[in-house]
Amino acid sequence: MGLSAAAPLWGPLGLLLTVALHPALSLRSARAWAPRHHRDYCVLGAGPAGLQMAYFLQRAGRDYVVFERAPGPGSFFTRFPRHRKLLSINKRYTGKANAEFNLRHDWNSLLSHDPQLLFRHYSSAYFPDAGDMVRYLRDFADKLGLPVLYNTTIAHVTLNKDRRAWNGHYFILTDQKGQAYQCSVLLVATGLSVPNQVDFPGSEYVDGYESVSVDPEDFVGQNVLILGRGNSAFETAENILGVTNFIHMLSRSRVRLSWATHYVGDLRAINNGLLDTYQLKSLDGLLESDLTDLAIVKDRQGKFHITLKFFLEENNQSADAITLPQDESDNFAMRVAYDRVIRCLGWNFNFSIFSKSLRLSSGGEFSKKYPLVRASYESKGSRGLFVLGTASHSVDYRKSAGGFIHGFRYTVRAVHRLLEQRHHDVPWPSTQHPITQLASAIIRRVNEASGLYQMFSVLADVVLLKENATAFEYLEEFPMRMLAQLESITGRQARHGLFVINMEYGKNFSGPDKDVFFYDRSVGHTEDAWQSNFLHPVIYYYRHLPTEQEVRFRPADWPLPRPTAIHHIVEDFLTDWTAPVGHILPLRRFLENCLDTDLRSFYAESCFLFALTRQKLPPFCQQGYLRTQGLMGTESLRQHGVESGLLRDYAAVGWRPGDSGQQPGSQGPGRQPLAPGPPIQHFDGNKEEL
Amino acid sequence: MSDFSTNYISIYFSALLFNEVKYINTLGDLQNIENALKGKTNIAFSYVRAIGTPEHRAVMEAAFVYGTTYQFVLTTEIAILESIGTEDIEYAHFYFFHCKPVSDLTQQCRRTLMEQPLTTLNIHRFIKTMEAPLLTEVAEDPQQVSTVHLQLGLPLVFIVSRQATYEADRTTAEWVAWRLLGKAGVLLLLRDSLEVDIPEHANVIFKRAEEGMPVEFLVLHDIDLIISRVESNTHMKETQEYEDNDMEGPDMDIQDDEVAETVYRDRKRQLPLELTVELTEETFNATVTASDSLVLFYAGWQAVSMAFLQSYVDVAVKLKGTSTLLLTRVNCADWSYVCTKQNVTDFPVVKMYKEGENPVSYAGMLGTEELLKFIQLNRISCPVNITSVQGAEEFLSGELYKDLITYSRVSVLGLFSPTMTTAKEEFTEAGKHLKGCVITGVYSEEDVLILSDKHAVTLPALLLARHQEGKIESIPLANAHVQDIVQIITNALLETFPEITVENLPTYLRLKKPLLILFSDGSINPQHKKAILTLVKEKHLDSLTPCWLNIKNTPVGRGILQVYFDALPPLPLLVVVNLHSGGQVFAFPSDQAVSEQNLLLWLKKVEAGLESPITILPAQEWKPPLPAYDFLSMMDAAASQHPPKKIPECMKETDVQENDGEQPEEKSAIRNEPTGTLRIKHWSRSNWFGEAKKSFAYDNKEL
Repeated sequence: MGLSAAAPLWGPLGLLLTVALHPALSLRSARAWAPRHHRDYCVLGAGPAGLQMAYFLQRAGRDYVVFERAPGPGSFFTRFPRHRKLLSINKRYTGKANAEFNLRHDWNSLLSHDPQLLFRHYSSAYFPDAGDMVRYLRDFADKLGLPVLYNTTIAHVTLNKDRRAWNGHYFILTDQKGQAYQCSVLLVATGLSVPNQVDFPGSEYVDGYESVSVDPEDFVGQNVLILGRGNSAFETAENILGVTNFIHMLSRSRVRLSWATHYVGDLRAINNGLLDTYQLKSLDGLLESDLTDLAIVKDRQGKFHITLKFFLEENNQSADAITLPQDESDNFAMRVAYDRVIRCLGWNFNFSIFSKSLRLSSGGEFSKKYPLVRASYESKGSRGLFVLGTASHSVDYRKSAGGFIHGFRYTVRAVHRLLEQRHHDVPWPSTQHPITQLASAIIRRVNEASGLYQMFSVLADVVLLKENATAFEYLEEFPMRMLAQLESITGRQARHGLFVINMEYGKNFSGPDKDVFFYDRSVGHTEDAWQSNFLHPVIYYYRHLPTEQEVRFRPADWPLPRPTAIHHIVEDFLTDWTAPVGHILPLRRFLENCLDTDLRSFYAESCFLFALTRQKLPPFCQQGYLRTQGLMGTESLRQHGVESGLLRDYAAVGWRPGDSGQQPGSQGPGRQPLAPGPPIQHFDGNKEEL
Repeated sequence: MSDFSTNYISIYFSALLFNEVKYINTLGDLQNIENALKGKTNIAFSYVRAIGTPEHRAVMEAAFVYGTTYQFVLTTEIAILESIGTEDIEYAHFYFFHCKPVSDLTQQCRRTLMEQPLTTLNIHRFIKTMEAPLLTEVAEDPQQVSTVHLQLGLPLVFIVSRQATYEADRTTAEWVAWRLLGKAGVLLLLRDSLEVDIPEHANVIFKRAEEGMPVEFLVLHDIDLIISRVESNTHMKETQEYEDNDMEGPDMDIQDDEVAETVYRDRKRQLPLELTVELTEETFNATVTASDSLVLFYAGWQAVSMAFLQSYVDVAVKLKGTSTLLLTRVNCADWSYVCTKQNVTDFPVVKMYKEGENPVSYAGMLGTEELLKFIQLNRISCPVNITSVQGAEEFLSGELYKDLITYSRVSVLGLFSPTMTTAKEEFTEAGKHLKGCVITGVYSEEDVLILSDKHAVTLPALLLARHQEGKIESIPLANAHVQDIVQIITNALLETFPEITVENLPTYLRLKKPLLILFSDGSINPQHKKAILTLVKEKHLDSLTPCWLNIKNTPVGRGILQVYFDALPPLPLLVVVNLHSGGQVFAFPSDQAVSEQNLLLWLKKVEAGLESPITILPAQEWKPPLPAYDFLSMMDAAASQHPPKKIPECMKETDVQENDGEQPEEKSAIRNEPTGTLRIKHWSRSNWFGEAKKSFAYDNKEL
């Protein structure tokens, strides 16, 4: 985003000029070869993503620099959004002390070790002002001492093959003064800086979002047509709703409401005043049509008429003579004349500074506005080039939060972890645990982890089992679609099976046409957990690491290939998955059945009994009691145990010598509540008959 | 045992059953059998549509277990069933004929029809209720009463009676009991002698099988109402189960983790948490640097750490006002980053923070006593620097730390001449390792020779003072490294003939030797102790870990004895338990006196393989106690529009892991499922059967 901001008033013409200038610029940079600064890491753009990456590089003590063409960080926010209200929530109170959990509801902060650098210290507004974001980013860069070269416009990026380089090539960056920088790794965090324009006859009459007046006075008594149906379109409409005659909104596809799609980039309720007035018959309205088929004709009074490109091509006539749709169909919806047409069609990535040799191509699955990257955020065209931040959103466009601060702060961290392993032999951070802590480790994360929650179905935690499943390693926030490459990316071994912990919405719950308020939408029973609709934890078990093929050809709508077994923790209204029977017990049963063992916990007395009456002990006794770390319990707990029937009160057991052996340790392997004692006597009888 | 093939078992099995189950074709056959068995044996009569059906298999499996107790009769003729008056004949029926109580040959045997579908589990459950007494008289709190019915998931019906109407009530109760046989347990409750409050007019008490449900007090004036009450209850349950897709077997939603369940049941109790300081992100560093602190890291939702929190609070109660150590706690569910920063990723963890020292993690038992010991022994440095011979003598006599020797039965003093800096450092390091376990001291003054001479040892050396026995041992320490010294001291802490307890067993199990355990009801007989100690002294017991267990101190010992002995002889009992190789348990003949000679002779016989074990401890692996929901198949089923299957068969072929588990016969049985011989479908549901088969296989090997 950073690169865009210094731009003054973008007019369509201005943009064309910039593009046209580029060939000349590249020529110049080729000449300015001479003294070249080397950096291991070069970060392009000092917006939120660039600063976030700088923070991690700084903490790791890496050789890096950040380029920013504006005089300060976060320059996009100095101008955008035009009406200054950020849509990212700044929830300052959650009723919880857990700082990691609270990040789930803080969509503006970047990650750092400094609790003072949380956005809630910068604004008290639930939807904060963009100016506060600028102030926050400046503080973030300054307080952490991140080295940013401001006023440095990288005009051209090219590739220089060199066998000594980490990736077999260096990235050569040239700034506006002709200064060249040689970088081993290039981290592009330039955001989407180019306003999206659709080319149609009459597009020159259209005001762009980036330059249109924000003063409602300028729209008094006007008929306004807005092209687009995203948040910027509605934000613009909202601002002038009260003074216009009416506002019509035109877009190719139907409006997507974020509360129906669960995608924060879709139309947010805070902006949807026009939907309200449209549906309440207040002259405002929404229309669907493909813009590329349209044309705008200006009449003598300076009013604008909508017609079809098709009619223009028919015959080259003067403006007044052009066929209008209402000539043929007299109830055509847009037959009125408009005083103003405003374009709010979003933004595109600026591809123009990247030389062809980088093979940085556009075109994700849905949109051409993003550069094409792998699920590891590395460009498909050149190794060592990573796209961060808003520009990296092709990975989860219209799905998760990777295009927004609260999402990409985690994907940036994932990229940094990948780089640490790739270039510095620092394996992906992990913690080691005995297997008895498995359910506990998962429960902890699903209840507090913010990265999992924000980047649901993109970043997932991974549990790598050790041999014989007696211990495991826990890795956080791994880009799940890179699962096949996990070993090389993380430097960790996955030879003995793994669990992947993801957060998911119900499969058919979200969508622009879905009724997300249908009756009985919430699932309460553990056995129906797989039908949970709201965001809930899902755990995949694989006996072997899936292959690239398996990941690529995974079932439709699945974030991962088909696992050996799957578990859903039932959705929870409070997103608090700590209920002993509703959440933890079914999880334990799942883990037990995957690992084919008994993961219950036992008091020391039970372990003592097992130790003297069985040749094998359950993992909890092996890893605790046998290592002199048994759980002794207290008298009141023991009482409860006896009442529940799970513990026996041996002190009260009748003591008659000659007692026939009752089956003790009803908790033995394969115990079931109804298990009677084995009828051994019968078999003595059978023996005789043999 | 392990090379037992499935086929062998099933062939053998069918051969055996051939005699157990009588196949009949006519009603006459049935009547003949019935007449022949009147007054003798009850009959389990079943109709199945065809041989080889799942129902047939279920009956055969039951016959295998109960065939010697009841006469199993089987038919595939629907006419027989019609002639004994059965309506709605479906594909299978199971009857229990009560022929044993019939004394008059002209009388017919009473019949009870099993109403549940014919499955192994249902038959087993049904037969169990047939075996239970028809009517039980009780005079205790109905909430506390438990019979086999409850364990089988059936409700209990109490007919409330008074002395005055006893006879009539008993007749009513019997009548009800017959009507409800197989559906509920019926008891006659005598309220006169009862202290529990029963509402004045209640004449029937209904107790559901579900745990934790309060009993219902009812006023029912018609016996049929009692019956319909039970039947509607079962019916309700059944329809629920049917709605849940015919879920049979145990309920996966019932907590079977004793720690989780007890902590949950205790959740409403207020702990005196105010005796421990709750730390937060803001206060943590300031607190642990300002004063010596013990920190418990726990997570509010994790049962094990919440169970331990109770012991921790108990420690705080015991130490109240006496300790300079600050007892604190951090709930990692709230202060996640604090815990991560302190390297705490598992729960619970206890760490001790002392000024100028690295925090020490507590590695002992998670209980009040052991933690208290750790705290007390941490009051002194480890090792303590002793500076005078007199100080050393006081140290060794226990005078110096009088109040601590209850926590450390041994004091260890390292003796070094002032020049032995390396040896002293190694010892000091070892002392740090053992911090909180044992009292250690170090003496390295010029006059150290006074001590070494007195105890006749060359320097560097260790002196071990055993306070209880009043003995001092000396051990030379030449060239010993930290680990060696730790090992020497740890071994020294072991007793030669300890009383084994829940707390100390793990330390003795580390020796990996068979245990020679003397079970005693109360303190040990001094003569027995003497006999064993003599054998120890004469080195006859070097290959064993001799110990004794006081049932009064360690009541769970009873549970152990019940596993070892079918019929329990009187205590004391001496057993050898070969835990680490083979699991055999040998019992010293209870008719012999525990004398040195007898013991020695017996041990030699055991060693030579001349004694046969009284039991062999099961070597079963710990498998999942219950299956998990198979969401994958439910999702598949939903995708293909078929009704979902709720419970998976526990181990599908693909689920069989590569380890060579303990029950290969069961696994192979599952793998060969479609071939149609007698098999176990769900190990978790028919474990009783699996157990049976195992001991069966064992018996066969012996033959």
